[in-house]
Amino acid sequence: MTEKKEIEARELNFYYAGNVHALKQITMHAYKNSVTALIGPSGCGKTTLLRCFNRMHDLYPGNRYEGEIIFQERNILSNGTDLISLRSSIGMVFQKPTPFPMTIFDNIAYGLRLKGIKKRADLSERVEKAIRNAALWDEVKDKLNVSAYELSGGQQQRLVIARALAVEPEVLLFDEPTSALDPISTAKIEELIINLKSSVSIIIVTHNMQQAARISDRTGFMMLGELIEFGRTDKIFTTPTEKLTEEYITGRFG
Amino acid sequence: MNRERKRKLESLTALFLSTLAAGFGLFWLVFILGDVLIHGIGALNLSLFMNDPTPAGVSGGGLRNAFMGQLLITFFATLIGVPIGVLGGTFLAEYARGTTISRVVSILADIMVSVPSIVIGTFVYAILVRPVGHFNGWAGSVALAIIMIPVVLRTTEDMLSLVPWTLREAAFALGAPYYKVIIQVVYRGAATGILTGILLSIARVAGETAPLLFTSFNNAFFSLDMNRPMASLTASIFQYAMGPYDDWHAQAWAASFVITLVVLAITILGKVIIKWRFK
Repeated sequence: MTEKKEIEARELNFYYAGNVHALKQITMHAYKNSVTALIGPSGCGKTTLLRCFNRMHDLYPGNRYEGEIIFQERNILSNGTDLISLRSSIGMVFQKPTPFPMTIFDNIAYGLRLKGIKKRADLSERVEKAIRNAALWDEVKDKLNVSAYELSGGQQQRLVIARALAVEPEVLLFDEPTSALDPISTAKIEELIINLKSSVSIIIVTHNMQQAARISDRTGFMMLGELIEFGRTDKIFTTPTEKLTEEYITGRFG
Repeated sequence: MNRERKRKLESLTALFLSTLAAGFGLFWLVFILGDVLIHGIGALNLSLFMNDPTPAGVSGGGLRNAFMGQLLITFFATLIGVPIGVLGGTFLAEYARGTTISRVVSILADIMVSVPSIVIGTFVYAILVRPVGHFNGWAGSVALAIIMIPVVLRTTEDMLSLVPWTLREAAFALGAPYYKVIIQVVYRGAATGILTGILLSIARVAGETAPLLFTSFNNAFFSLDMNRPMASLTASIFQYAMGPYDDWHAQAWAASFVITLVVLAITILGKVIIKWRFK
């Protein structure tokens, strides 16, 4: 079975305001319905790369992209890209849980309401589906109208995953989603990510190499803004081609 | 061990001096509040709220006109000042975040907070009383609003800045446009803080006298017409306290007591909201 590419970076360069060259000639892709992990030491640019895929960098003045990111046969870095629709097809989950200061229901319904879905029955149905997909339903079904801040950190993280899932995106970007969580919550999120593969394509940045090995199909190893090696996860972790990759995964630096 | 004794001595001196200063400040505060309480409660009666002033020298009467005027002037001041302050603070903390103009306006607002209120009174006199030809309630409201704006603006700016950036990013990541991010997410996160700022700014202007003397002045008759001179508690206190009649003095005490109580209540409400939010 041949895999289809979901999103592809071609000779991508990224400069932070002040001409800081943060990403250098990145060429990589993520396949449909698979998990792609980005690993590397702190400051290597993995989060910067992740935030290119939904053009989060556009929020801050002075940032500049060069090259192309192809998604649904279009270069999303081109000027005409509608960021609002781009971001509703490419969702993002952050390092720290980011529930909004509103009820659990309203949190999940937020993206749906942005899309113009107003009917209560419609909303309820989609909210429930999203929460079920995020494996959170049994824990919150009786308290949909309480503040999202009442939930534990791990539950909040699954809540924001549900919120991102509710708008039915094609791609979900995870930026170290478990680094602020305890091991049990982490295990739940990892299991969830693997299960989500069937409906979305996932790109995940992680500091935790074991996590990348456990949940991803492909892994990219980055260092100093460059993509050193990209390939099947089992290959990267057992027989990497590059010496730097081998040194990093065997813990000789990092 | 000479050095150690010296340090202890220095420490004790500092402790003594700061305690003395605190005690001095506290003494006068308690003295003033106690005085207002004792004289005020004694003079308090229902007639104060129900009746308008009697002609000078005739005993009886009340300050109904001043209570009503104070309410109207403060209400319209809030109506003018709060939206401008909140929107301005939003501009500084969101749209102009990190820019030079934002910093400059912030500093100017801080200066505005400490401009003597009488200066604002004379300014409004020049633009809203002189051209009209007579004192009026609107001018009073505008003067108080100008005093409120920098307070509300800076509080709003600070409270919005406290909302974590990741929360905004999370909303953007769902495809929300900026104005919706601000209204639906950021304002909710900062709502109690902003509300507290608004309450404290109302408390701040409720006790102002000088700007009102130059703008709404005073009115011995009951009036709801904002285009005419309008009575206010603070201006009435000023007038009655300076007057020659014992009756006036008693009513000035009672009015002082009521206004102190109201300002105190608003301030405490503000603090309670902060505590409840950041518990």
